[in-house]
Amino acid sequence: MIGTAPTRVDGAAKATGRAQYIDDLPFAGLLHGKTVRSPVARGRLRGIAYRPGVPWEEFTVVTAADIPGVNAVVLIEADQPYLAHDVIRHAAEPVVLLAHPDKGLVEKAARLVELDVEPLPPVLTIEGSLAAAERGDAQYGSDNVFKRFRIARGDAAAALARAEVVVEGTYETGAQEQLYIEPQGVVATASPAAGVTVWGSLQCPYYVHKALGPVLGLAPERVRVVQTVTGGGFGGKEEYPNVIAGHAALLSWKAGGRPVKLVYDRLEDMWATTKRHPSRTTIRAGFTRAGRLVGLHVTIDMDGGAYVTLTPVVLSRGTLHAGGAYRCDDVTIESRAVLTNAPPYGAFRGFGAPQTIFAIEMHMERAARALGIDPLVLRRANFLHAGDTLPFGQRLAEDPGLDRLLDDALAALGPAPAGEGRGRGVATFFHGSGFTGSGEVRLASRAAVELAADGHVRVLAASTDIGQGTTTVFAQIVAERLGLGLEDIEVVTPDTALVPDSGPTVASRTSMVVGGLLDGAAADLRAAVLGPRAGAAVPAAGFRAAAAAYVAAGGTARFERQYQPPPGVHWDDATYRGDAYAAYAWSAQAADVRVDPLTLMAEVTDFAAVQEVGRVLHPVLAAGQIEGGVAQGIGWALYEDVVLKDGAMANHQLTNYILPTAADTVPIRVVFHEQPYAHGPGGAKGIGELPMDGPAPAIGAAIADALGVIVPRIPFLPERLLEAVDAAAAAAAKTGASAAPTGRPEAPTGAGDRQ
Amino acid sequence: VKLELVVNGAARTVEVPGARRLLDVLREECGLTGTKEGCGEGECGACTVLLDGRPVMSCLVPACQVAGRAVTTIEGLAAPDGGLHPMQQAFAHEGGAQCGICTPGMILAAVAWARDRASAASAGEALAGNLCRCTGYTRIFASVASALDASAAGDGP
Repeated sequence: MIGTAPTRVDGAAKATGRAQYIDDLPFAGLLHGKTVRSPVARGRLRGIAYRPGVPWEEFTVVTAADIPGVNAVVLIEADQPYLAHDVIRHAAEPVVLLAHPDKGLVEKAARLVELDVEPLPPVLTIEGSLAAAERGDAQYGSDNVFKRFRIARGDAAAALARAEVVVEGTYETGAQEQLYIEPQGVVATASPAAGVTVWGSLQCPYYVHKALGPVLGLAPERVRVVQTVTGGGFGGKEEYPNVIAGHAALLSWKAGGRPVKLVYDRLEDMWATTKRHPSRTTIRAGFTRAGRLVGLHVTIDMDGGAYVTLTPVVLSRGTLHAGGAYRCDDVTIESRAVLTNAPPYGAFRGFGAPQTIFAIEMHMERAARALGIDPLVLRRANFLHAGDTLPFGQRLAEDPGLDRLLDDALAALGPAPAGEGRGRGVATFFHGSGFTGSGEVRLASRAAVELAADGHVRVLAASTDIGQGTTTVFAQIVAERLGLGLEDIEVVTPDTALVPDSGPTVASRTSMVVGGLLDGAAADLRAAVLGPRAGAAVPAAGFRAAAAAYVAAGGTARFERQYQPPPGVHWDDATYRGDAYAAYAWSAQAADVRVDPLTLMAEVTDFAAVQEVGRVLHPVLAAGQIEGGVAQGIGWALYEDVVLKDGAMANHQLTNYILPTAADTVPIRVVFHEQPYAHGPGGAKGIGELPMDGPAPAIGAAIADALGVIVPRIPFLPERLLEAVDAAAAAAAKTGASAAPTGRPEAPTGAGDRQ
Repeated sequence: VKLELVVNGAARTVEVPGARRLLDVLREECGLTGTKEGCGEGECGACTVLLDGRPVMSCLVPACQVAGRAVTTIEGLAAPDGGLHPMQQAFAHEGGAQCGICTPGMILAAVAWARDRASAASAGEALAGNLCRCTGYTRIFASVASALDASAAGDGP
């Protein structure tokens, strides 16, 4: 069962249109909701006017004054209000909620609400934010810094002072929109008598569950959250559903418990909801002339947007991945996330790691050129191996096999492309599986299996299928352990009234961590049903017969497991040291590009992704994760340019935010190396986020190979390439070609190189 | 206006404003929610249906333009006994569907291309108007190829 590729459990429902997403479900007496949002980035709300033009008496209208509980979205901190009441911190911030039975009328009414806002000077850049705080105009704490981390091992300053060659560079990444094709949407019913129920498109039912109690002033047992079929998430439906679910619930509460639907249209979704954190990373790396990495100093800045949301943990994952897949004894990594008056940035596949991996990988390209060493040779000379220790003190017990991953990535592409504007580049990297640091211990996730009276087995977990195939993989894991077929397993739709809290569906944790809990619970069920025969192979018919007898005899039907860290895995929050992740997935990606010599438009012509993710549970679903992640990475690298106006997305429609289409698709050659992981179900580690980390630096390296310049900022739009080429030409003219340490031109300037 | 049209082989009469989107007519008047709205501006293709056999984005088609014409939605593709169309079978099995929200439109666009392969140079061009954020399209192409193989073997599409 594990390692085979049965048709996904929800495949037929999705292919026939029978699968019902939130906007497809019928609700009697439904009201349509709409959110009125701030037009300005920062200000003070002086008043709200409702202009004539609609029968206002028919509308449900909610402002901050109507909130029965606490006006704060509960996440890491409680700084973000559900509805602004005084201070406005970002454009698109919610201020007023409206509902009416007529969808068209509620749209019209929203245009008739006039917000009287006294504008205040917004901070729209990291520098501007820090400078404003210096002037005494801080909006968070005393310095506008949401979070800082520092990792220090050995003495990076001394190592850099001693190093034979020191290479410095700065790298920037832009925001990225998750662009799930199904927009955010929920339906809520809420009243003091009935409590609250929310149905919705979401990744983390228990996050929403935790948020709804405080805002409505309800005890947790009166809150119920049900996931509906979810049309993509990619992190975008990790924390944002807390907001939209709260809004729908507040409207229903005011409307006497009638169901209220809030489904965003694409414009609102792109304008108002979270995106990937923009970043700027500066690296100083010291090498021997022979190419040994001897010292590393990394500083990371991320733009957090207007409220804390998940920024501290995004920054943490970025910080822990910033040293790359390379051994170095003297390392300092310093990071901070800063408030700006932009809509809060949030979770997006990779969660901070793609930003810092882009920086370290591009820097290896820059260093290779400075040293006159082939970039592949430089990487291989510094790869992590068994026994090496990561900057935060985690020792690698097993060899990641990076050389073999890289060999296979290059072999998958065949001979390097030749000709003007052609280039090939690679990226080598890791991604930690599961929550960061002590996160999994704190989550203490629970998942269960239950034997039904008719002999089929129910899987009970809050982990959602958002397209990645959770339902199918969970069924496989349990079926494998019990010796049953997929048809014997029912994966219960996540509903907080029915399933235990198995934690959020994020962080490449679902198969490895929650699948592991289910595997354990199924083993407990097997032992109870089969008794002394549990250790032997028992055919499905034998298990069913034994299960029927066991149920008839009144045996315990439900078996639950709770997370325990694997032996020897320990993280210390106080010192920010230890085993940051229980397991790591490893990868080498290689890209071939063609840059049009006239327009400097770059395109990928071939791509290989080779990875070690432990045992592959379902080859088709696993390859789908890699291919989809690579495509998102290619989009981030080449096309996806979030243009900000007053801190919010100006190009917030699909007409001018460009995603990869079927016509742009290149071959994505996927190869798995499988080293079964002792503590994952069937030997599996995390897979979902890994492929997002590599495409941007691999494409950047290929562009460097094609043009001879480092372009330090994504997306790699033609104008950015032109800027880098011009800067390299200007630098060469100024200093003379002989000053360059290698035969290849190097571009030490450009947008990303400002200090 | 009062409109007569044929939806999935059955004659229907609906009374809607002439400018109402075909998407809303299908979802709200006909209860056919397999047709999805992804962007409302003709960019994503999630609302693709076949109008007289040709793919259109139903969010851009006003109801008044479909009078007397035949519309096929994803609900009309399977056999009357519920047996999946080969293209549906292939998308379900080969990984062409992940989150599934683009899948109905993608399958209809693929079926239209498979019936008239002279209409576009490649599957990539034929499906370029249907965005998928999950798959990177690799497995969508594999699904289409698999369905064509199945039909070459004599059972569709």
